[in-house]
Amino acid sequence: MVPQKIKVSFCMYEILEKKVLSDAVKLMKIKAPLVAKKAQPGQFIILRIDKKGERIPLTIADYDRKKGTITIIFMEVGKTTKQLGLMKEGDKILNFVGPLGIPSEIENYGTVVCIGGGVGIAPLYPIIRALKQAGNHVVTILGARNEELLMLEKEIDEISDEKHICTDDGSKGTKGFVSDVLQKLIDDKIKIDIVWAIGPVIMMKVVADLTRKYNIRTIVSLNPIMVDGTGMCGGCRVTVGGKTKFACVDGPEFDGHQVDFENLMLRNSRFVDEEKHSCKISGVE
Amino acid sequence: MPEQDPKKRINNFDEVPFGYDEQTAIAEAKRCLQCKNRPCVDGCPVGIDIPDFIKEITEGDFEKAAVILKNKTNLPAVCGRVCPYEEQCEGKCTLLKLGEPVGIGRLERFVADYILRKGEKLPKKPVPTGKKIAVVGAGPAGLTCAGDLAKMGHSVVIFEAFHAPGGVLMYGIPEFRLPKEIVRKEVEYIEKLGVKIQYDVVVGKTISVEEILDEYDAVFFGTGAGLPSFLNIDGENLAGIYSANEFLTRVNMMKAYKFPEYDTPIKIGKKVATFGAGNVAMDCARTALRLGAEKSYIIYRRSEKEMPARNEEIEHAREEGVIFKLLTNPIRFIGDEKGNVKQVGCIEMKLGGPDTSGRRRPIPVEGTEFKIDIDTALIAIGQSPNPLIPQTTKGLEVERWGNIKTDEQGRTNIPGIFAGGDIATGAATVILAMGAGKRAARSIDKYIKSNKQ
Repeated sequence: MVPQKIKVSFCMYEILEKKVLSDAVKLMKIKAPLVAKKAQPGQFIILRIDKKGERIPLTIADYDRKKGTITIIFMEVGKTTKQLGLMKEGDKILNFVGPLGIPSEIENYGTVVCIGGGVGIAPLYPIIRALKQAGNHVVTILGARNEELLMLEKEIDEISDEKHICTDDGSKGTKGFVSDVLQKLIDDKIKIDIVWAIGPVIMMKVVADLTRKYNIRTIVSLNPIMVDGTGMCGGCRVTVGGKTKFACVDGPEFDGHQVDFENLMLRNSRFVDEEKHSCKISGVE
Repeated sequence: MPEQDPKKRINNFDEVPFGYDEQTAIAEAKRCLQCKNRPCVDGCPVGIDIPDFIKEITEGDFEKAAVILKNKTNLPAVCGRVCPYEEQCEGKCTLLKLGEPVGIGRLERFVADYILRKGEKLPKKPVPTGKKIAVVGAGPAGLTCAGDLAKMGHSVVIFEAFHAPGGVLMYGIPEFRLPKEIVRKEVEYIEKLGVKIQYDVVVGKTISVEEILDEYDAVFFGTGAGLPSFLNIDGENLAGIYSANEFLTRVNMMKAYKFPEYDTPIKIGKKVATFGAGNVAMDCARTALRLGAEKSYIIYRRSEKEMPARNEEIEHAREEGVIFKLLTNPIRFIGDEKGNVKQVGCIEMKLGGPDTSGRRRPIPVEGTEFKIDIDTALIAIGQSPNPLIPQTTKGLEVERWGNIKTDEQGRTNIPGIFAGGDIATGAATVILAMGAGKRAARSIDKYIKSNKQ
């Protein structure tokens, strides 16, 4: 007897829509009604493409409870993301579990600066939307290496009170880093109540170092290597305020001023050689 | 029982003991005295009618022997491999007083393997009761509870967070001790009893306990002791330091030993230190050898006598060349310039008076610090209950270490919610979890029949 309300698909998770955002960045809408029903800003999912696949965490870029879909946006960096990038609409993913992690703490803080770097813009989007709905004055800073790697500009523009764009090479917006823009906002004496920063580890570190000086509370979303995503393996452990935390169950968001980013970078490079080897022999290089 | 040669087996992940053939099994079964008072049955947490199944073996009726086994255990091929029989059935065997007990565990394995090969008939379909029960976690406790409930005619769905069934049988215990194919086949049998398993569902996240209770007549939590403990010493977050859970999950469940055919990687280098001396620690140290470690240490702060692992596991580890550094306690990890662990600083210990556990307390010997070069550290000092369910179930009573509080029958303080296995007792054995699953199934059946007409 299959249960009535809690409808779990005994089948796989279909890719309903795919968009190529840039060469290495893809967007997918995945049919996963149970996950969509519960997803909140700041959470993530874990997927496994096929029987021999690894489990990888991806932050939730959006969700549609009515249609039962979860949007993921990912950069092709390793074997699994490259393989995922090759999949088409109608293809199915074997496992897709979530929503995992603790949702973002959304409330009316006053003025919030939301900083997204590269593919980190994706998980920031639902957070911005929720912060805006909670009544915040939302200032966004979107940055990327170049124009091609910027994403969701239009969507985010619609829900931001102010928006700043910057690129490393100056191909769009100001030439420079998100931290330069943030520094300018601080110099302009804009009262910032809290900062959300999601992007490459180094970007989050630089932002946190900057805001620490001005004592502006800063939330970052960490992306360590994970296996199960439910607190079982401890592979995702990060040092926060001198204590060990599991990003999967204690995070993924943490106080950026307390995070040991160097340790995170080291732990994230644990399998770099294996990843390269895996890409090479599977031909997705 | 014949086994793979230690020199050969450290190069493969194949099962170590070969198991009895028919003749040996019959000969071993004939040693059983068929005692009237059946002390062995008292020693079995699930109460298998041991003399009866052994009697059928002596008569060559292995199928009947299997039916007797399956009356009480849904996972005999698992039990026949990983149960600590020496402390249970075999520990109570009358023949033990005269020397060697009957090899009950091996006989169980023989019968279970025979029936898995041969294919078995399902028990007579029970009359459906129309009641629905949710089981959370497809490990030993959950599978047993679900199987028994299905045999009683209830409709059972198991919600499992992982993509595969078995829990610790799949992610924790290595292939060379418990082949995953065996686990899969025994789970298939439980599914044939009518149990549905829904993967990728993290109860408390994907669906709430309230939602389950809205729709099901009762729920059983068998979510295990999934939270790894760490040493809490300096340098523990360096690269190359894994919890036993992460290491074993990568290797066993994700099949990292077959990387890159399978996508999940593992990297251990040549010198591996495992901290702890329980069964999980032995599994880690022996797995490390099979992954190519030249030196695999067990580092333990007490002496040989206090090691919690089964003797069989310690013996296997020794035969395979695991190096035991006993009365040695790690005090810090030292990393290289890239943040990889390269050494562990240790101190020698001596044993003092007994502590609260009754074991002699280890005390550091001052001035004895030394370092061991390592490429990988595996922390196997225990697991605590997974906090997800207690955290997300309003009003559920937990005990000091976070385990769910239950009575003998597996009832929690909330009517309709039952729990058993490691989540209720803290980390223990597969068979104790199965026993708890069994008792809870009876208690759930009683609850449904009395409370919810």
